[in-house]
Amino acid sequence: MADRNPAPDTPELRERWGAFEFTESYRERADKAIARYPEGRQRSAVMPLLDLAQRQVGEETNTQGWLPLPVIEYVADYLDMPVIRVLEVASFYFMYNMKPVGKYHVQVCGTTPCMLRGSDGLFETCKKRGMSKGHVSEDGLWTLTEVECMGNCATAPMVQINDDNYEDLTPERLDTILDALAKGEQPKAGTQEPGRHTSEPANALSSLEAMVDENHDYRSEWS
Amino acid sequence: MPKVTVDGQELEVPEGATVLQACELAGKEIPRFCYHERLSIAGNCRMCLVEVKPGPPKPQASCALPATEGQEIRTDSEMVKTAREGVMEFLLINHPLDCPICDQGGECDLQDQSVAYGRGATRYEENKRAVTEKYMGPLIKTVMTRCIHCTRCVRFSEEIAGVDEIGAVGRGEDMQITTYLEQAAEHELSANVIDLCPVGALTSRPYAFEARPWELKKTLSIDVSDAVGANIRLDSRGREVMRALPRVNDAVNEEWLSDKGRYMVDGLSKRRLDKVFMRKRGKLQPATWDEAFKAIAKAKPGKAIAAVAGDMVDCETMFAAKSLLKACGSKLIEGRQTGMDYDVSNLAAVNFNSTFEGLEHAGAILIVGSHIRWEAPLVNVRIRKAVKRGAKVYVVGPYWDTTYPAEFLGEDLGVLNKLPKEVADAFKNADRGAVIVGGGALKSAHGKAMALASDWGADFNVLHFSAARMGGLMLGFAQKGGMADIVKAKPKVLISLGADEMDYEPFADTLKVYIGHHGDKGAHSADIILPAASYAEKDGTYVNTEGRVQFAEKAVFAPGDAREDWTILRALADALKVEVGFDNFAQLQSAMIAEVPALGEEGLADYGALPKADATAKAEGTMSAYPIKDFYLTNPIARASEVMQRCSSELLHGGELAEAAE
Repeated sequence: MADRNPAPDTPELRERWGAFEFTESYRERADKAIARYPEGRQRSAVMPLLDLAQRQVGEETNTQGWLPLPVIEYVADYLDMPVIRVLEVASFYFMYNMKPVGKYHVQVCGTTPCMLRGSDGLFETCKKRGMSKGHVSEDGLWTLTEVECMGNCATAPMVQINDDNYEDLTPERLDTILDALAKGEQPKAGTQEPGRHTSEPANALSSLEAMVDENHDYRSEWS
Repeated sequence: MPKVTVDGQELEVPEGATVLQACELAGKEIPRFCYHERLSIAGNCRMCLVEVKPGPPKPQASCALPATEGQEIRTDSEMVKTAREGVMEFLLINHPLDCPICDQGGECDLQDQSVAYGRGATRYEENKRAVTEKYMGPLIKTVMTRCIHCTRCVRFSEEIAGVDEIGAVGRGEDMQITTYLEQAAEHELSANVIDLCPVGALTSRPYAFEARPWELKKTLSIDVSDAVGANIRLDSRGREVMRALPRVNDAVNEEWLSDKGRYMVDGLSKRRLDKVFMRKRGKLQPATWDEAFKAIAKAKPGKAIAAVAGDMVDCETMFAAKSLLKACGSKLIEGRQTGMDYDVSNLAAVNFNSTFEGLEHAGAILIVGSHIRWEAPLVNVRIRKAVKRGAKVYVVGPYWDTTYPAEFLGEDLGVLNKLPKEVADAFKNADRGAVIVGGGALKSAHGKAMALASDWGADFNVLHFSAARMGGLMLGFAQKGGMADIVKAKPKVLISLGADEMDYEPFADTLKVYIGHHGDKGAHSADIILPAASYAEKDGTYVNTEGRVQFAEKAVFAPGDAREDWTILRALADALKVEVGFDNFAQLQSAMIAEVPALGEEGLADYGALPKADATAKAEGTMSAYPIKDFYLTNPIARASEVMQRCSSELLHGGELAEAAE
């Protein structure tokens, strides 16, 4: 699992991020998130706010974004809650990056279904491009992280890059996607299997065949 | 009242009880780590598994399961036994086997429960997780590798202390308990997490590697660092008090203790007066008891003798001094060293009448001139509880961090004369209200506060902060004009019973005899020093601010030539050739009880009804600061204590961490 310790609290970090504030558009979204909860329960909005803060940091640094300590403190202050409670949340979910990441955060699933379907090859592909787990590549483009199941087992193996999932991958398909991203293009998200739309059965239907056109009650056929 | 069956035994349990509580009522022991009676339920250690029917066919965590009608609970089945063994095995996967070098050894929940409920041997060969130590301040030592993630400390700091200092960062096996950026835990009750920690992850820093629990003699005592009178246990080895721990007393301290009461004990062996000293040619020189007594007799005080009681003396000492003065024909006794002169004709008017337990049920609380967190941290815990039940709190006085929502009405005490309407409304709407007047506001706001309380039908409370105060007042240690009367009487001899906060300047021509235990302010000004015993070195009776009479026992002997205070006063009676009427402690105590019967009975003293409040009373003056300037250094023992000095410099004055230099 990735290192969940926050980046060290150094004077440079304070200098860079000490004055962090939501921009107008982010503040609007943050206040909207807070307004979803009853008055006095603004703390409930800690997760969307951390996400927004991370995105804004990402925009400012041209990366996926991460959460420096001063930004975490800003969020705590924004919600009037103790910093340690915000840090607890931020360090719990791996969607929040505690360390700087590259422009594209390549999260390769290594859990059993993906592993059986060839995630090892995906790691190889990534490594060949100079990525290594937990580090930002030299060109600042990539950060590789091995993650646990992301719930796309039907279309394994999969990789999550920033906000998009890429499924049904082979090393070649991943290469194509990474090339496109490096060029600044936006490849098609979702399954990469030609002819497949989402996570429907890859070939012919093998189950629930009677349900293709209309609802069907199977219960009487159970033995 | 649901009826449940525990191991075949049928019993009724109170509404809202959990299965764990039901089992306890049935006399069954349920092992647990995360569950604690005074904290919220977390249900994350899984040690309290029991078998419950009806329900899923698997063991269930009894601490988080409500007891319901007709449940059949088994704590002795094979399933429960294997479940406990399994949980224990999991807990021990990452727990180091360093009991021989762990300070918790001998009083460790995990140690005890693994003996009682664990498997005999380990099946794991893998490496254990290691966690870096976290800095949590001068009082709490951490060995986080031992942490089993029960989160009791997190819940304590959030719920009881109310400061959200400690949190659990990370998840799963990587979860770590820490303060934000490893800042020191600063709350006055922070060290209670050491008692709460079921393993040796949080241990006492000053007491690290000092002693094993089984080597210690345990003595039941009373904390004298404030006027709450927390029930404590002094653990001593040989002649040294090694540590103080809280005892459970729901009426007083529940099971908490302030950091000062807990850690000032190292001051008991520092800066002690262990010899008789006399001032010769302006300098204090060692002397003998005989010389000292002769010098006092030579002063021929006659009736011109006065006694001032310090903040930490017991009732017996004060009574012995009073008897001595009475035999000499003097009534010049006073305990309010700093010169306060409130009316004490009715003690109910200077008592904490709500009682601490009752304060929890107040719906509206008005605090007048009291920094409760520093003057009585354990009372602040009660107010927090009241606030959680919906109480509204108003404070008159300079701002302090209350840890609960409170409205500050300003530093001007005159605001009491024209309170905002919402305050009166809050009190009228509450079933029970409480007005608390702190020592700092007694002079200017006592009458008005009492009038307000009687107007609203609220309880009137005075919060003292010296342990000897209520006892002293019961024994009559109060002049009408306070210390000014003593000064005016120009006594030839002034007996100071450990009075370190008073001003000795007006007594320049008086022979000042200091009977006390620490070389502090009083000893510096004294002409004769008679070394006496501290609270740990004598039996004694103390009365807390709510008028609760409590006995403390002697834990160790006083060092050097120091004697118990009453014996010194008894010997002084011989030197002055008067009769005091007692020759041993039992006689002294029975004489005292004969005079003030309430002191003979543990529990709340009855002071009768409050006097009729003066409806025309006005409060005036501004309160720019509270009397306590430094929470950790309020009494001579604490001032002598290195731990308290370090707390003061590091936590209050932002000093450099002493550890950084090591």
